[in-house]
Amino acid sequence: MSAPLLSLERLSVSYGRVDAVREVSLSVPEGAIVAILGPNGAGKTTLLSAVMGILPCRGLATFRGVPLAGRPVEQRVADGMSLVPEKRELFVSMTVEDNLRLGGFRRRSTAGFAESLDAMWALFPRLAERRMQLAGTLSGGERQMLAMARSLMSTPRLLMLDEPSLGLAPLIVKEVFRVIAELRRTGVSILLVEQNARAALDLADHAYVLENGAAVLEGPGEALRRDERVIATYLGIRAVAS
Amino acid sequence: MDLSIFVILFQDGVVSAAIYALLALAMVLVFTVTRVIFVPIGEFVSFGALSLAALELGRAPGTVWLLLLFGLASGIVTLWSERRVLTARIWLRTLAETVVLPVAVAALVLLLAPHRPSQWLQVLLALAVTVPLGLFLYGAVYRPLAQASVLVLLIVSVALHIALVGLGLIFFGAEGSRTAPLSQVSLTLGDLSLSGQALAVLVVTAVLIAGLYLFFGRTLIGKALQATAVNRLGAQLVGISPLFSGRFAFGLAALIGTAGGILISPLTTIYYDTGFIIGLKGFVAAIIGGLVSYPVAAGAALLVGIIESFASFFASELKEVIVFMIIVPILFVRSRRSLVLEDEE
Amino acid sequence: MRSTQVAALLAFALAALLPMLPGVPAYWLTLGSLIGLSAMVALGIVVLTGVAGVVSFGQAMFVGFGAYTTAILTTRYGWPPLATLPVAVLLTGLLAWGIGAITLRLKGHYLPVATIAWNISFFYLTGGLDAFGRFDGISGIPPITIAGLSFAGGASFYLLTLAILALMVVATANLLDSRAGRAIRALRGGVLAAESFGIDTGRARILAFVYAAVLAAISGWLYAHFQRAINPTPFSVTVSIDYLLMAVAGGVGQIGGALVGAGLVTLVRDKLQDVLPALLGTAGNFESIVFGFALILILQFAPEGLWPHLRRWVGRRPEAPAGSPVAAAPSPPPAGAPAGAPAPLLSVVHLRKTFGGLVAVDDLTFRVGAGEIVGLIGPNGAGKSTSFNLITGMLPANGGSIGFRGEELRGWPARRIAPLGLARTFQHVKLVDGMSVLDNVAIGAHLHGRAGPVAGALRLDRAEEARLFARARAALARVGLPGAGDTVAGELPLGQQRLVEIARALALEPALLLLDEPAAGLRHAEKQALAGLLRAVRASGVGVLLVEHDMDFVMELTDRLVVMNFGAELAQGRPAEIQANPAVVEAYLGSAA
Repeated sequence: MSAPLLSLERLSVSYGRVDAVREVSLSVPEGAIVAILGPNGAGKTTLLSAVMGILPCRGLATFRGVPLAGRPVEQRVADGMSLVPEKRELFVSMTVEDNLRLGGFRRRSTAGFAESLDAMWALFPRLAERRMQLAGTLSGGERQMLAMARSLMSTPRLLMLDEPSLGLAPLIVKEVFRVIAELRRTGVSILLVEQNARAALDLADHAYVLENGAAVLEGPGEALRRDERVIATYLGIRAVAS
Repeated sequence: MDLSIFVILFQDGVVSAAIYALLALAMVLVFTVTRVIFVPIGEFVSFGALSLAALELGRAPGTVWLLLLFGLASGIVTLWSERRVLTARIWLRTLAETVVLPVAVAALVLLLAPHRPSQWLQVLLALAVTVPLGLFLYGAVYRPLAQASVLVLLIVSVALHIALVGLGLIFFGAEGSRTAPLSQVSLTLGDLSLSGQALAVLVVTAVLIAGLYLFFGRTLIGKALQATAVNRLGAQLVGISPLFSGRFAFGLAALIGTAGGILISPLTTIYYDTGFIIGLKGFVAAIIGGLVSYPVAAGAALLVGIIESFASFFASELKEVIVFMIIVPILFVRSRRSLVLEDEE
Repeated sequence: MRSTQVAALLAFALAALLPMLPGVPAYWLTLGSLIGLSAMVALGIVVLTGVAGVVSFGQAMFVGFGAYTTAILTTRYGWPPLATLPVAVLLTGLLAWGIGAITLRLKGHYLPVATIAWNISFFYLTGGLDAFGRFDGISGIPPITIAGLSFAGGASFYLLTLAILALMVVATANLLDSRAGRAIRALRGGVLAAESFGIDTGRARILAFVYAAVLAAISGWLYAHFQRAINPTPFSVTVSIDYLLMAVAGGVGQIGGALVGAGLVTLVRDKLQDVLPALLGTAGNFESIVFGFALILILQFAPEGLWPHLRRWVGRRPEAPAGSPVAAAPSPPPAGAPAGAPAPLLSVVHLRKTFGGLVAVDDLTFRVGAGEIVGLIGPNGAGKSTSFNLITGMLPANGGSIGFRGEELRGWPARRIAPLGLARTFQHVKLVDGMSVLDNVAIGAHLHGRAGPVAGALRLDRAEEARLFARARAALARVGLPGAGDTVAGELPLGQQRLVEIARALALEPALLLLDEPAAGLRHAEKQALAGLLRAVRASGVGVLLVEHDMDFVMELTDRLVVMNFGAELAQGRPAEIQANPAVVEAYLGSAA
């Protein structure tokens, strides 16, 4: 088997004296969808932020075999990583189209720029309808779509999605997961942080469960879907049962 | 006061207002992109005017030494902050930017200055010295403080201003200078007579503002700066480096500040420390715009210019006091409106 | 603290001996006086910038206010110098209060910016008006005489300066160690936390501003009688920056830093004024170049200044943190509402909050009774934090009502809610880092005292302080940290910091305790201890409402749960019922895509 696209070894992240992520090791193979599950406050968002270079961390992280330490966020974007953050972080006072164009900022003068833009309009027809609207006027679902499209404009090898279904109505959640499934076919690898465990496990090739900053469970998506411990992690049923 | 005096005062006010508006726009730009309140923009006004004045006399302006100095400092800071990922490419690029470029500019200026080139070439040379100086100031002073709070950045700005004024005294001396007008034409429309320089100020200001408008509205780089101002993290996530935006903003501000100095120096005598007061008036306008709104800042600049012009007629000794006191009622109104608690984290 | 006091006493005693030494040049005494005068201003900056976090570029203006007040009154109206001091102090205090009232409520950078404008205006005003002698200034100011004693001589003025500085140091230390001082220090822990305990943060900031201005004015008053002639130059913005540099160089958070910084900057300036013009061949204030860059370098490399480093060389380290939390101590008698009262303490009815088009809280209704623990849970983004902020007055609600002990809280700010007996903790711990644990907890007792700043500075507040600290100590003992009082709060591990936050809340003696994710980041044993503590609090009749993600913790501890999803209530009931509720299961695990 070839080396994984992203590999983390004993990665830890601290806020002051608090360890938000404790020695997590995981890997994302080329072309795979890997899910990170866990209850609120388990350290999932922190983990993604550290991988993207927004937060400092300890341990070894490599992307395409190259250590990530010392590389600033924008360099990681150029390397082929992209993060769709939990809060979307859109340019709210700018149009949908400008948001997308800025997503491809680093490849603004390449030949493929216009094609990527067209590909995004095709992948997200809702956005095409609203291309001249300000991003701040979009609905929650549309914002999530725009955030994903903006990320994809940089033609990433690894797309990291932080809670893409957060706060969205069930119908729109389905739409988001449809797009994720579609992206798999384009060959982009995906690291998915999700609360919606069932939908994520339906899609993921492999999944990790985080609790209190540490990886407590891992396995193929299929297997975890039937694991009672996943449910217990979320609802604390163990405590009552014991 | 008869009508003709009113017209003259009004006209003077509008001309100064144009300069203040430029400076206010530059301050809003730098603040929204980098959170730096760019107090030293006033030094660019002085340095621009005094550099041009030196060139007119066939002398190399002292600012070339500043350029070499800050180039070096910026180079050292760059190498230090990238010490963990240093490659030959970074070495070469840093060397080219912070040593070779300033040396080349300095050589050019030293070579050309004694020959008294044409006025336009003089203006270009003055800009060639000060614009990179803006980049180097960012690289040497502000870059290491990218994570600092607005207040720390403000203290640094004021400290930098004080240091630059001192350096200005060393390099330009205590005497003031006035440069030749950019245009000798004069327009007369009934009572209203407009000097060529006043016209030049208004035209150049209009062109610069239009240029900025197009730059931000039409180019992706302009939009990238805007994006950094709207959402810093979002900008980083799409690969716009804060360093890039910061340098660009400072370069533009240096350009605008210098242009302001060059425009105003035929109208009034500029000393090594005059720029600060001029910059502060732009700043008053920027503050009225909350440091974020371009149109309000420009409108406020007009107000500042006209109030100043009339104040200098009626109470010339207190004109500065009157201008700076404009912000009191403005801040008062703002404080009444924004009673919402803000957590400064 | 004791050794610091001894060291300070020693330093002042040594400084006072300087004039007695044989062969001391008169110029040394002049320099010493100037250092003392600068140190007074820097001392104010320590309180203003270092403690309250407010930056001013206009302190030289306040010095000028003191100086011009006395210059005008003594030379033109023949007042004796001593009589002008109260006028100078009062006038400057009023002016600072006015400026502060206008700008201190605004976001961080408006005040510093405004102070630049004011300082420049002051410069032009004094330089442009005959009343101030224009740029020539005012001369012929008499020396200070007190009871026939003249302080015109170098040695006598030096000693007077030193004595006044010593008084200021003591008063400043006292102030910071009083109820009003804690309110100022609390600003560092965040405005929200301070307001939640009834502290008027706007007033605390203005107090710091006025105090710093008054110290500056006294320095200016002395300066005028020392130089016997004044002009606008020493009161310009440039000099304001020098004062700021003194405080920052020394260490802006520390009283000692102001003294060290003032000494250092004054001495270096003196040397530079000799050396630089000779070096450069022209006259001018070139030291400002060195000072400007020095300030930049300090902020880049050692933002905390020299003082902490000096202390480290002397080898004094704060004590190590106290041990691990022990089980909750027996609780004191119920506070606030009588135990077991059937009426609900808090009743939230049809609460609604929208942000633009987004409905964050939609028709939420629930109650919390005395002696009951209620958990507010739900997936991320369900609206729990927003609900919490609505109840505590951090955010205004758009609709519905919040009843608490018979009052309708909707529209009330946090500061007004606290006195009713509602205390809270924060998701991200908001303690004042550099302050001792006990002082932090005493902030919770703020509303149980009434002593003002003057009483604090003069130490007239000791009886009340003793009461407040007894309360704080009791609260600290209750959360199981009786020995941690002297530890610096920021040095405790997170778990104990959360307990300190709870102690601070208990020091308010609340009827209702709101806890925002109290178990986040705690280890297993710490969670057990926390659960034990909360049970004890419940037993004392206090109602508890908590937002928490740790389900083990919530299910074990709470009496009832309110589950939110998409801003609305999804379910209410006992923990076991909630765990069996299919809608809740789906909300947490999601449905298959």
